[in-house]
Amino acid sequence: MNIHEYQAKQIFQKYGVPTPRGIVATTPEEAVKNAEELGGNIWVVKAQIHAGGRGLGGGVKLAKSLDEVKQLADEILGMTLVTHQTGPEGKLVQKVYIEEGADIQDELYLGVVLDRAREMPVIMASTEGGMEIEKVAEETPEKIVKVAVDPAIGFQGFHGRELVFGLGITDKAEQGKFIKFAKALYNVYMDNDAEMIEINPLIKTGAGDFLALDGKMGFDDSALFRHPDIEAMRDLSEEDPDEREAGEYNLSYVALDGEIGCMVNGAGLAMGTMDTINYMGGSPANFLDVGGTANAETVAKGFEIILKNPKVKAIFVNIFGGIVRCDRIANGILEATEKVDVNVPVVVRLDGTNAEEAAVILDNANIPNIITATDLGDGARKAVEAAKGA
Amino acid sequence: MSILVNKDTKIIVQGFTGKEGTFHAEQCLAYGTQIVGGVTPNKGGQTHLGKPVFNTVKEAVEATGATVSMIFVPPAFVADAVMEAADAGIDLAVIITEGAPVRDMQAAKAYAVKHDMMTIGPNCPGIITAEECKIGIMPGNIFKKGNVGLISKSGTLTYEGANQVVKEGYGITTAVGIGGDPIIGLSYKQLLPMFEADPETEAIVMIGEIGGDLEIQAAKFIKENITKPVVAFIAGQTAPKGKRMGHAGAIISGSAGTAKEKMDALEAAGVKVVISPAEIGKAVKEVLEAKKA
Repeated sequence: MNIHEYQAKQIFQKYGVPTPRGIVATTPEEAVKNAEELGGNIWVVKAQIHAGGRGLGGGVKLAKSLDEVKQLADEILGMTLVTHQTGPEGKLVQKVYIEEGADIQDELYLGVVLDRAREMPVIMASTEGGMEIEKVAEETPEKIVKVAVDPAIGFQGFHGRELVFGLGITDKAEQGKFIKFAKALYNVYMDNDAEMIEINPLIKTGAGDFLALDGKMGFDDSALFRHPDIEAMRDLSEEDPDEREAGEYNLSYVALDGEIGCMVNGAGLAMGTMDTINYMGGSPANFLDVGGTANAETVAKGFEIILKNPKVKAIFVNIFGGIVRCDRIANGILEATEKVDVNVPVVVRLDGTNAEEAAVILDNANIPNIITATDLGDGARKAVEAAKGA
Repeated sequence: MSILVNKDTKIIVQGFTGKEGTFHAEQCLAYGTQIVGGVTPNKGGQTHLGKPVFNTVKEAVEATGATVSMIFVPPAFVADAVMEAADAGIDLAVIITEGAPVRDMQAAKAYAVKHDMMTIGPNCPGIITAEECKIGIMPGNIFKKGNVGLISKSGTLTYEGANQVVKEGYGITTAVGIGGDPIIGLSYKQLLPMFEADPETEAIVMIGEIGGDLEIQAAKFIKENITKPVVAFIAGQTAPKGKRMGHAGAIISGSAGTAKEKMDALEAAGVKVVISPAEIGKAVKEVLEAKKA
């Protein structure tokens, strides 16, 4: 789960990670009120969406008067912001963050992610703030300082020293401030079961203070049960409605742009099915894992979600029955086709426990648009043919 | 022969009396697995599925001499269960539970390593030595005894792969589902040398997926240490970047962890890489026949 910048900054502030002051608004009037409350004579109006590249897309603007705050908030609220991370369809802006202006001397980068190879969090810092860190990693990897922190000992002094010397921060007061900043951010990461935190840019002001000018946080979904405060920050409008609906039924769904809908049990086999369709010259319309306990209800829901996509010309149901018996799934498919109007050819491959009984059930039902397949390769081939014939 | 577990392995179940624990322990017993007892706090002294229940792992180990634990406790309690097993001197914990927090697994695994306890999983089907010992949730009937070792991040692809191997007339020594979480226990790099050393295993199938770099580490290891033929499939060639594909760890971050980079690395290490999982069986046949010739 991801949250907005303004929410990430609320968490930062609780842990003593310094940020500029700001207040979120949903109307231009509220934006002006917030700017007045913040005081000063320069403000930044920032679109709140779950995607990077907002500045380049026109979603972050500087205002030098309250009138300008109102005008910019009016422009940005309700706009569909397109960035390199939103895809061409963009995202609707429903909230703006009004933040006090900051005196930017240097732009840095600071982030915390899990280092899967070392199996511990790694703090990543760079002097190349404002740039995409992926790009820095590719072009000038020497400009990224990586410090892994073993949670068994926590953030120690040497971690901080490795960071500041790695970044070339020489002023002693600044070193102290940066180390305190990084340590607080590590605590944010650990305490909240974050999956990643990214501050880009982290700025140094003219006065030598460090501030989180941006803030991005993602969380480990498996740990949300112990963070109701973070769960409450969920913005459903930022999530794909089909993926969300699937999730409510314990289905795992990801939309793709091909023509063959896939319904599979198990994430690995679901990906393998997509790969096989591709290998046979077709293109998968989605990833859909119906899980280990597929039944009539989940199968029906799966059909419903797949068929919402108008591009789907055929569906490939690929189930390897283990503990779940294939005859039950065959009955589930029949029940599902009664509930949902399945108007495209459906190739069904049921293998594993009780596969023969399942084949008999499907054959006897004699539904014209159900095509049975004997194995994965056969099924994928038939699905590709069916999609081409449609 | 086999790796890690066989017909003599004594196993306890943590989360023995729960719904999942009960169902799967029953299936394992029916397969012939030596489940010698289980642990459920406050149910010590009872009998469940004809086996004794203990309050703690320590008591269970003392009374039964079990060396392996199969863990079915709910996600929030997985780390506690793993650490309890390590503390009690268990040699191998097989963690079936899905949805354990990453931070918990990080701590639990570090503790397990410190106590010389191996772990498999979490979020995995478990481990099976064909026709001897099934510790997990896989359908035992598809794993016929044979000469192919199998290591997989995916449950259903394990079944798919094993089924194809059997259909080609071969069989399985041991199959290990290592799970697709960001932090897992035994991985390719630790399991490959076990299969290399197992006299009955003549070929190895490894099934990976997008995300992380365990397959890349495996490729390096195979190049330097493995002489037996290896067949590999990497799931997610058609997966989009930045999207989590079902498994918590199956995500391409930036441009790292793609199927292509893993397939290239494995191919460069001399592994027979298949583009579709539908080709696993045929590829195994090919490498085994080439070996004979």
